[in-house]
Amino acid sequence: MGGKLLLAAFAGSPPLSQVATSAAHGEDSPYFAGWKAYDENPYDAVANPDGVIQMGLAENQTSFELLEGYLREHPEAAGWGAGAGSFRDNALFQDYHGLKSFRKAMASFMKKIRGGKASFDPDRIVLTAGATAANELLTFILANPGDALLIPTPYYPGFDRDLRWRTRVNIVPVHCDSANGFQVTVSALQAAYDEAAAAGMRVRGVLITNPSNPLGTTVKRTVLEDILDFVVRKNIHLISDEIYSGSVFATPDLVSVAELVESRARHGEKDIANRVHIVYSLSKDLGLPGFRVGVVYSYNDAVVTTARRMSSFTLVSSQTQKTLAAILSDEEFADVYIRTNRERLRERHDHIVAGLARAGVPCLRSNAGLFVWMDMRRLLGDGEATVASELKLWDKMLREVKLNISPGSSCHCSEPGWFRVCFANMSLATLDLALARISRFMDRWNKATTQHEQQ
Amino acid sequence: MVSHVVADEKTLLLSKKAGCNSHGQDSSYFLGWQEYEKNPFDPVSNPSGIIQMGLAENQLSFDMVETWLEKNPDALGLRREGGASVFRELALFQDYHGLPVFKNALARFMSEQRGHKVAFDPSNIVLTAGATSANEALMFCLADHGDAFLIPTPYYPGFDRDLKWRTGAEIVPVHCTSANGFRVTRAALDDAYRRAQKRRLRVKGVLITNPSNPLGTTAPRADLETVVEFVAAKGIHLVSDEIYSGTAFGEPGFVSVLEVVAEREGAAAASDVSDRVHIVYSLSKDLGLPGFRVGAIYSSNAAVVSAATKMSSFGLISSQTQYLLAALLGDKDFTRSYVAENKRRIKERHDQLVDGLREVGIGCLESNAGLFCWVDMSHLMRSRSFAGEMELWKKVVFEVGLNISPGSSCHCREPGWFRVCFANMSAKTLDVAMQRLRSFVESTASAVPARSISCPIAIKWALRLAPSSADRKAER
Repeated sequence: MGGKLLLAAFAGSPPLSQVATSAAHGEDSPYFAGWKAYDENPYDAVANPDGVIQMGLAENQTSFELLEGYLREHPEAAGWGAGAGSFRDNALFQDYHGLKSFRKAMASFMKKIRGGKASFDPDRIVLTAGATAANELLTFILANPGDALLIPTPYYPGFDRDLRWRTRVNIVPVHCDSANGFQVTVSALQAAYDEAAAAGMRVRGVLITNPSNPLGTTVKRTVLEDILDFVVRKNIHLISDEIYSGSVFATPDLVSVAELVESRARHGEKDIANRVHIVYSLSKDLGLPGFRVGVVYSYNDAVVTTARRMSSFTLVSSQTQKTLAAILSDEEFADVYIRTNRERLRERHDHIVAGLARAGVPCLRSNAGLFVWMDMRRLLGDGEATVASELKLWDKMLREVKLNISPGSSCHCSEPGWFRVCFANMSLATLDLALARISRFMDRWNKATTQHEQQ
Repeated sequence: MVSHVVADEKTLLLSKKAGCNSHGQDSSYFLGWQEYEKNPFDPVSNPSGIIQMGLAENQLSFDMVETWLEKNPDALGLRREGGASVFRELALFQDYHGLPVFKNALARFMSEQRGHKVAFDPSNIVLTAGATSANEALMFCLADHGDAFLIPTPYYPGFDRDLKWRTGAEIVPVHCTSANGFRVTRAALDDAYRRAQKRRLRVKGVLITNPSNPLGTTAPRADLETVVEFVAAKGIHLVSDEIYSGTAFGEPGFVSVLEVVAEREGAAAASDVSDRVHIVYSLSKDLGLPGFRVGAIYSSNAAVVSAATKMSSFGLISSQTQYLLAALLGDKDFTRSYVAENKRRIKERHDQLVDGLREVGIGCLESNAGLFCWVDMSHLMRSRSFAGEMELWKKVVFEVGLNISPGSSCHCREPGWFRVCFANMSAKTLDVAMQRLRSFVESTASAVPARSISCPIAIKWALRLAPSSADRKAER
């Protein structure tokens, strides 16, 4: 008995898995640290006017009342109506094919967003609980543990977790820099491919985000063609995360990889469709991240079949499918929403760009997304273009200026000094306050620099 | 499926996971489903179609939920009591910690189901898109690629996909037999552990389903103690899938493993197993809401809760649904009357099936829970083998027109057992199913065996000679 007690006393908890204990969930990065700081001291116009303003969250809060208004006018969209059995059928519906009416509405919505330049087959739409799930799912399907995906930098910090954590797939960055506006080049793709090979990793695909997060730019047609040619040459896949496709508010128009697949098919190119997969979601365009609606769209039958089965782990609530099917199949409403949302994003974008310019802070020229890619390189100081000094500046912005913005290093940007600043997740008044704080900060910095130079 | 063994550069490869069979879709469980989909029974439009008895759904109590919805339009309309809209908040709410008001309501509901003998701390709940997602997430947290979990047979066929497919984990079955009503024994657990070791698999835990699918029985307290002792001795985890906890309609009643753990703590303070016992729950069976994708992991192990919470990012519950269910489960009057009436209806339907089977000489394992019975049709097999079971199953699906689940798909070691669901159809449809079974049993008894062995077609003739179920109805 004594021996048993001794054993029990020394016996720890049974171990967890490597996946559970690894840090690949990525939550130790500054991207998340800034969130924590915000959570501890959140700005509120009345209750906490000196608090941290959240500019690190790419949410779209500009167009709610359109959706809210729709539901008010069409309450049956949120309910199940008087038809006997309608609630019951919906509550029972766990078919991983997804509600047909919802897939049709989604296909139509995706086509509208692309100005009709590409069509989508509802039967190729696989529904997942958010783009987070869609990206992980595709990675499980296209790559084995130890394989690599090539991703142009800077990229969404969440990819480090979403694509690598449970899948044990690697990301090899494709380095882009400001010399050409951070566009992907073939030589950068090749360099990344070679780097992966040298490390003994098998490259399975390229993943692009178009429009780009964090750049806020649409990918140029010629660049897309180059990427497509590259994946054909290497016989690998292409995943195009088009989660921001509905947020393109200025020219050039979005060129979706869907458009290129269709045009190449028309020219008899057979080898392209099987390797192209698109990810979408309603989290950004409709501002509904809480409803968990993501899409895997693939031109490859085996991928569609497998993705459907795998979606069992991440189905969209049938209640939500029904509500959104009602909203999105209202063609008139969808048109008005897309148009209005774009206008509001453009206004907000122009406002922040102008405000930053007045404060002496340039941004990368952008035409999409919910954020700007802000250039603070000159604030790093001579010979100080390092990640360390970028993080120092970031920390200053957080603690002194009380703005949570995302440092470029958390997006794996190879050029220190860039920051992603969100503009669509706050009121105009709050945005103006943030701009005022930046302005004052820049005044202080200018004075300090001038004084230093005078010494 | 796509071959993944290639030297050919032209083939565009998918992963091994995409090409493998672990998703289990080629098993009879899914094949029977497919047959049903091609020819589904409908009392009006397709009365000779296949009756779905392979789907463990609870369709008995929707009316109660519908009534509640009519009385509570705010929950659906995404409004607070008083009319203020919560649309915006919910639309933005993607916090993987879950909607607090929903977790609180769920914790209370889960406690109510256990007669308040166990208290659930909402901060130990991890919400997931269904139990399917919860079970997989737990595997990712507890087992490395190639590690094993021990699972008593017979078990839910979906586990082969849910627990193994993307995780790379292995399942080693714990053999249970009809000799003792398929109860788990220490000897069986030890035997499974040894077999795992022989295969050089590291055992990370045991997974039980309580109440059991497909047996329909609640685990006796003594059996739970046996399992807890075992995992304590081996230093491994225990996952208890309690998805059917609200369907326990008869004695001896449902005992959660958490009760056993709590008692143990009281008795011997040094033997703390609370950090290795994890519960899975869902509203798919008790409330009949599988479409809403509401699952949960409950654990007192902070590291598990932390890792599983982050993982739930890959399968969060729609905030719209969380809000609705927070209101539903938060209504104590509703839950109290729902739970009682739901159980009463399940018992009634269970009894109808058991009586109907008994009338035609078919016995079941005595059960007190679940949405199905574990039926012994071994005497109807032509040979006491799994081949015989498959042959019988095909007859029942294609000729009798009942999609039931063969025990082999549940990894049962004894041929001749079938899981037959009763809660996913009306009483009338269940009646039709019983009549068809009666016809089948009677005609099997009267069929000429010698001829039928050499010529399968003769069997079909023999069956057709018997009066059809429609004729039978006229006789009654």
